Amino acid sequence: MDMSIYSQAMTPEPLLQVQDMSRYYGERVGCRAVTFQLWPGEILGIVGESGSGKSTLLRCLAALDQPTDGQIQFADDGQWLDVPALPEPKRRALMRRAWGIVHQNPRDGLRMGVSAGGNIGERLMDAGERNYGQIRRVARDWLARVEIDPDRIDDLPQHFSGGMQQRLQIARVLVSEPRLVFMDEPTGGLDVSVQAKLLDLLRALVRDMGIAAVIVTHDLAVARLLTDRLMVMKDGVVIEQGLTDQVLDDPQHAYTQLLTSAVLV
Amino acid sequence: MYVAVKGGEAAIDATHGLIAQERRGDPATPELQTRQIREQMKLAIARVMNEGSLYDEDLAALALKQSQGDSVEAAFLMRAYRTTLPRFGSSRPVDTGAMAIRRRISATFKDLPGGQVLGPTYDYTHRLFDFALEEGGAQAPLQMAQEPLAATMPRVPDILGDEGLLEAEEAPAGDPSPADITRDPAEFPADRDVRLQMLSRGDEGFLLGLAYSVQRGFGGNHPFAGEIRMGEVSVLYTPEELGFEIDIGDITLTECQMINQFKGSQEAPPQFTRGYGFAFGHSERKAMSMAIVDRALKGRDLGEGAEFPAQQEEFVLYHCDMIEASGFVEHLKLPHYVDFQGELELVRKIRQEQAERKQRVAAEQAP
Amino acid sequence: MTEAQTISGADPHYNYGYLDEQTKRMVRRALLKAVAIPGYQVPFGSREMPLARGWGTGGIQITAALVGPADCLKVIDQGADDTTNAVSIRNFFARVTGGRTTQKTAEATIIQTRHRIPEKPLRADQILVYQVPQPEPLRKLEPSEVETRNMHAWEEYGLMQVRLYEDIARFGHVATTYAYPVMVNERYIASPTPIPKFDNPKMDMMPALQLFGAGREKRVYAIPPFTRVRSLDFEDHPFTVQSWDKPCEICGSRLSYLDEVIVDDHGARIFVCSDTDYCEDRRADAASLGEGA
Repeated sequence: MDMSIYSQAMTPEPLLQVQDMSRYYGERVGCRAVTFQLWPGEILGIVGESGSGKSTLLRCLAALDQPTDGQIQFADDGQWLDVPALPEPKRRALMRRAWGIVHQNPRDGLRMGVSAGGNIGERLMDAGERNYGQIRRVARDWLARVEIDPDRIDDLPQHFSGGMQQRLQIARVLVSEPRLVFMDEPTGGLDVSVQAKLLDLLRALVRDMGIAAVIVTHDLAVARLLTDRLMVMKDGVVIEQGLTDQVLDDPQHAYTQLLTSAVLV
Repeated sequence: MYVAVKGGEAAIDATHGLIAQERRGDPATPELQTRQIREQMKLAIARVMNEGSLYDEDLAALALKQSQGDSVEAAFLMRAYRTTLPRFGSSRPVDTGAMAIRRRISATFKDLPGGQVLGPTYDYTHRLFDFALEEGGAQAPLQMAQEPLAATMPRVPDILGDEGLLEAEEAPAGDPSPADITRDPAEFPADRDVRLQMLSRGDEGFLLGLAYSVQRGFGGNHPFAGEIRMGEVSVLYTPEELGFEIDIGDITLTECQMINQFKGSQEAPPQFTRGYGFAFGHSERKAMSMAIVDRALKGRDLGEGAEFPAQQEEFVLYHCDMIEASGFVEHLKLPHYVDFQGELELVRKIRQEQAERKQRVAAEQAP
Repeated sequence: MTEAQTISGADPHYNYGYLDEQTKRMVRRALLKAVAIPGYQVPFGSREMPLARGWGTGGIQITAALVGPADCLKVIDQGADDTTNAVSIRNFFARVTGGRTTQKTAEATIIQTRHRIPEKPLRADQILVYQVPQPEPLRKLEPSEVETRNMHAWEEYGLMQVRLYEDIARFGHVATTYAYPVMVNERYIASPTPIPKFDNPKMDMMPALQLFGAGREKRVYAIPPFTRVRSLDFEDHPFTVQSWDKPCEICGSRLSYLDEVIVDDHGARIFVCSDTDYCEDRRADAASLGEGA
């Protein structure tokens, strides 16, 4: 029997394990030799300028892209899953059940032609929920949690503001109570005041639900507010990592010093 | 009491009689002969053969006569007939490089081996009615040229290909037999052999519109007409009983190769890419349109994206077959009253419920 | 009305049943696969037929592959034997088989139908052949064939349930009255073809073999006898069928699907059975009872 997807059973420790992971495009480096672990309930930030490789890294972690080298393993039910080797049906099942992805542009993560309630209810229906009333209850509940008026449950997302669409996307992702959420610039493209509210909401939700998250951002303020640990990337390589406060307040690498000094954080 | 109307069968029989009458028209006018159509409406014949997927000029002429000139109806007759024909085997792929050229032009070179052979074309006519055609009459004799045309002329794309500037047309690994869409259903994503087969029997108008959209910016880049050639090729076939190859006849073909610029990707160097068009008879518009759409559909393999309709394989290939399209569009004429009944009932019910709800709300709000 | 008719002599210019024997085998092989996987759409090398695509070529190819000298064929459209397309198809088969045709459901061994299931329950020795315009129940939600194939393979049907949810949220009802999607054998979602949802319950555990042919889309699928067929719904919004206030004007039935007929210039309407054979049987029974009394 082929057990290559599973390695030794592990003790309840890291949720995600990345070892020497690289992604090359021909000769161009997307990201190189990335190594880290993520624990349940922990929020990891990946910061860098555009072109640093952070989005490439996120895509590989979220199984949206295949790494050229290295390992990515996810702890599922007491066993390690080899993420890049997952057959497509299993990958999709993982996406629906245990993982979530919050896209920078909410339009990429929502069904624009489906009502707010339908968007939130979809994961429930995928999982087999067959009670209409129950779906409505859960949807209204979640709309309230993301501070959208529950009476808008039947409205189409096209008629929502950008901030509301993003909050709806978050509800849609979190309704299935995933254990690991990937976010790519979750506040990008929003007004500053709207961003602040959204960040507060995200922080509260993620803490309440004990979700582990990997958040890619170019905005150090977002990193400061949301993340526990931080990885700084430049030219495809992780040049510094550590506790967020330490990295931002006492940067060791010259580039990190440059980043932090350029911004009022 | 209501009595259900019967007699559908008799009504249907009457329709057959009526179209026969329509087809004949005024009995005082001489009846159209199929050989007149075959000889004097060659371009219509070509279209019917292409979209009917069958090379037979006499049958195509009959099809046009039977369908009163409706080319979709005529192509339908050809296709249905084709279903009944036994399949003996496959010929050798025709060698268009050895074509007996009657027309051959290239827009990419001013002059080339064999020359620009204009041949029979409407391209340089002025679109003015020639009223003399109403009466007909003898044609002025043609003057022969000083020298004969070259026996064969190399294909322009082959010349460019030698330099490595033009992508090679290569068979897939292992050179497998091509698919046969008339035997097996096409599967998607479709390989090039399937795409070319479907395009070759696709409707000229649909492909022309798509090609036009590509040129106007809905996907694709600027195509150049590398070469268009028309003439006769031999069909060579090895019957099992004989064990050697024989020439079973000539067919008229039109071939078009479009040349497109390609800036290269991370994996491939810049070179020219090609689109291929192929049609029975003299069918330039069809061959050119097909070549442009063929190239647009390569976009997926070249990493060019598929934002526009001409680049979207399922959109193009599913909808270019006029036999299928006309069948499905025209099937709307079939009775749908049972399903319509369900829709009527639903709309009535919802309207009623909404009206009742309004009344209830109004009643509650009344002082 | 005539009962079973025997027309002597099939047209000698064509093979029996029009299709050549190799093609029939190809169709039958596809059908066997379909029966082995209830509700799964099997691609097949659909041929062009003398009737237009969209007018029943899939059903015709299935019937042509199955029909033999011992068979008796009934063809209906909208439940009636004498609607134009039913007449046309029945005549086609009469011509290329010289075989028996009938308008009586009970006498038929093969029933080819467009958009209705006969009211009279079918038997285990009968085959119901459906004409299918669009075999893919997910097509309106997802235009790409590549995608829908994946959705079926991975049982990703959440989107279909979302659509039902949307209908109820917007209209209070599922706004689908025909071609109402069904779950076959608790594995594949299939289209029952544009039969009114009124007919869906008949598909569940039907003793007859149900075969579905889509000529233009080049797919066949099947529901073997005594297979579970469930119309999609929610627990608290269960699937319901249509009903009418009035009975059939001709035979008095309160159980059958009724067509609305406008009888005068002022829009007065009456309702009559869509299944003409069923209606006539009831009328004949009522008449004979009357005579006996």
